[in-house]
Amino acid sequence: MIPLSWYLIFAAILFCIGLFGVIARRNLMSVLMCLELMLNAVNINLLSFWSYLYGKDLQALVFVAIIFAAAAAETAVGLALIISVYRRRVTVNANDLDMMKG
Amino acid sequence: MSMETLVWLIPLPPLLSFAVIILFLGRQKAASHWVALSAAGLSWAASMLVFAFAIQKPNLAAAPILSSIAWLPVGKGSFNVGVQIDPLSSVVLFFVAWTILMIFIYSIGYHNFGQPAGSDDKPGLPPHGAEETHHHETHRVPSIEPLYARFFAFISLFAFAMYTLVVTDNLLALYFGWEVMGLCSYLLIGFWFAKPSARDAAVKAFLTTRIGDMFMLLGLAALYSVTGTLNYREVLSNPAVLDKLASTASPIAALSWAGLIGLLIFMGTVGKSAQFPLHVWLPDAMEGPTPVSAMIHAATMVSAGVYLVIRFYPLMAAGRLDGGQTPPMVAMAFIGAFTAIFAATIAVAQNDVKRVLAYSTISQLGFMIAALGVGAYVAAAFHLVMHAFFKALLFLGSGSVIHGMEHGALHSGDEVDPQNMFEMGGLFRKMPLTFWTFLAGGLSLAGFPFVTAGFWSKDEILSGAFGGGYMVVFITLAAAAFITAFYTMRQVTLVFLGKPRTQAASSASENSLVMTLPLVVLAVFAVAAGWSANWFKPFVGSMLGESGIEASTSLVPLITSLCVSLIGLLAGWLLYRGYEARQPDPLENILGPVYNLLKNKYWIDEFYERVFMRPAAWVANVLVSVWIDKIVLDGILHWIGRAGLSVGRFLRSKFDLPVINTGLETVFGQSPLYVGNGMKRAQTGRVQEYIIMAMIVVILVGVIVILVVPI
Repeated sequence: MIPLSWYLIFAAILFCIGLFGVIARRNLMSVLMCLELMLNAVNINLLSFWSYLYGKDLQALVFVAIIFAAAAAETAVGLALIISVYRRRVTVNANDLDMMKG
Repeated sequence: MSMETLVWLIPLPPLLSFAVIILFLGRQKAASHWVALSAAGLSWAASMLVFAFAIQKPNLAAAPILSSIAWLPVGKGSFNVGVQIDPLSSVVLFFVAWTILMIFIYSIGYHNFGQPAGSDDKPGLPPHGAEETHHHETHRVPSIEPLYARFFAFISLFAFAMYTLVVTDNLLALYFGWEVMGLCSYLLIGFWFAKPSARDAAVKAFLTTRIGDMFMLLGLAALYSVTGTLNYREVLSNPAVLDKLASTASPIAALSWAGLIGLLIFMGTVGKSAQFPLHVWLPDAMEGPTPVSAMIHAATMVSAGVYLVIRFYPLMAAGRLDGGQTPPMVAMAFIGAFTAIFAATIAVAQNDVKRVLAYSTISQLGFMIAALGVGAYVAAAFHLVMHAFFKALLFLGSGSVIHGMEHGALHSGDEVDPQNMFEMGGLFRKMPLTFWTFLAGGLSLAGFPFVTAGFWSKDEILSGAFGGGYMVVFITLAAAAFITAFYTMRQVTLVFLGKPRTQAASSASENSLVMTLPLVVLAVFAVAAGWSANWFKPFVGSMLGESGIEASTSLVPLITSLCVSLIGLLAGWLLYRGYEARQPDPLENILGPVYNLLKNKYWIDEFYERVFMRPAAWVANVLVSVWIDKIVLDGILHWIGRAGLSVGRFLRSKFDLPVINTGLETVFGQSPLYVGNGMKRAQTGRVQEYIIMAMIVVILVGVIVILVVPI
């Protein structure tokens, strides 16, 4: 049986890749995709702990399903925002969108 | 419909007419005069019905036509307003209805209805005439008045006020009608408001009568506060109230309440009926259109003043000892007689056809006031009615003359003053109907013996004065009557007799029937109304309960009035029959410097100018404006202002700048700025850098938790 730590390490790597992408990528589309990666890493963590600690219960699966739904909604909103930013500013570069600069 | 309801309805049609014309018919000339005329006709018809009913009602003085409603709840009861037709108001109603109707009809012709609009006529100026092409020839013809509808609206409002004043049963409603008439008088004198002289005359009339009205209001208030009522019958037909008023002393020295209230009310009359010393507005009021002069300033409004004192005669005479005079009566006798002769002497030296009549009106009103002053109650009322007829007739006649002269002036191109009698002459051939009717009015005014109304009424007054033993009043009035006859004949001779002295006069023409018909109707009254004397005397005399003063049986007053009238007329004719154009007035040779004094109206206007107007202007322009306002008040205010300013400056330089600005600013103002500027750099606006910062914080917190919290 695959030890729990493998799953956790995999999830941590996936999370770091996502985090790096969110921080380093300049294209907002990529940032959005990396955000999805981070969410999925959380899901893997959740599923691993459920499977290893409470194998007979099904409640955790419901949480995961809710996170999927939230992620889908968040993606839809995020895409709409990006498209509307693009229409207005003709760019999706995160560095150019600094109107909130103090 | 009962008679009482009908009396209530008398003033209504002219009011509706005013509203309708002013709201809807401002530009519709024909419609406006039809509305006004039918309103006047309705009121006239109602008045005639009421009059016919009233004279047949037995014992009308004791049981008048009465009706009233509770109008205003005051104190324990209510203030009632109603109508009352007794002998006095019925005869006044009679002449008011007739003169108003005639003058309404006449106005249509006077304002040139049916004539073309003048090309350069402007609202607020008399029409200048229009070009009209007839068979390829161009004539100048009179043009229609630009503000035609407005004129009919105003005279309708006036008629409403006059009817209200006559039919009402209390002093307050009378005062209401009185003031509305004052307003109409102002509006109509200033009808041609673009003429500065008309504007000034309107203001003068309004302000001068205001002086009298102010006193009258005081009298009204005094009467109400002493008796608690303003109803005629409750005060004037109530011996208990009159006795109380006559026997209680007022705050003014040596006057009873009756005397004080009587004097105050009489002062209202002095203003409204243009008695000395408030007579100055009436001659200037001739700036208005002639129908206005006839209606407001001869027949009705100025008569209302006399009507008021006749109405309040029981109060004026309250406490009168047998044959004596109360203080208000002394004042009336003195002012009336003086005004009668004073205005008559001015009239002889005037050359404006309307001004002569204006002074004559003042003089005749003086006759009535003097008659009341000597207790000749019926004679005053009789002369009031007769005078209304013949003076309205004379004014309308003079308007007809002026109109004919204007026509002649336009036709011949001869630019003369159409009101100057010395530019006329020989008009009896050109304007026969006007001449005969004017002659009837003139003879009535002069008191031509036996056939005219004026003779009988003036004879009544003279015999009243003679019979009561007031010789000074008698002689003054007789002299005034002589001068009256003289200036009347002077006017008739200059205007109508002899040869035309100008081209305008020789091409003058008679006016249309709409103007001459009212003249004929009024001429009938001016002559025939006097024959009602035997009926009139007991009818109106019944108002006093007794027959008033007994007419003298002596022949002296009769012979006097006969002589003064005939000699005056003869003198006027002899002096002016041979007058040629551009000669000086023949009277100037006889009177010398006195003539100049008369021509300038005893310099009264100039006197008032110096004594009242200029000091008032000085008080306003110099005393109040410059000294009090600019120097004293502005000085104080400026001083306060400067003091405040220097306190402010001191605080600013000694406290605000060093302490607040420099001290506290560093602490509270500058330091947040430095901090802010420093912190500002963190806000890059780049969302990814915020995430990095969030990560750093999370890591730091994680490290601290791991290191500090024991596991």
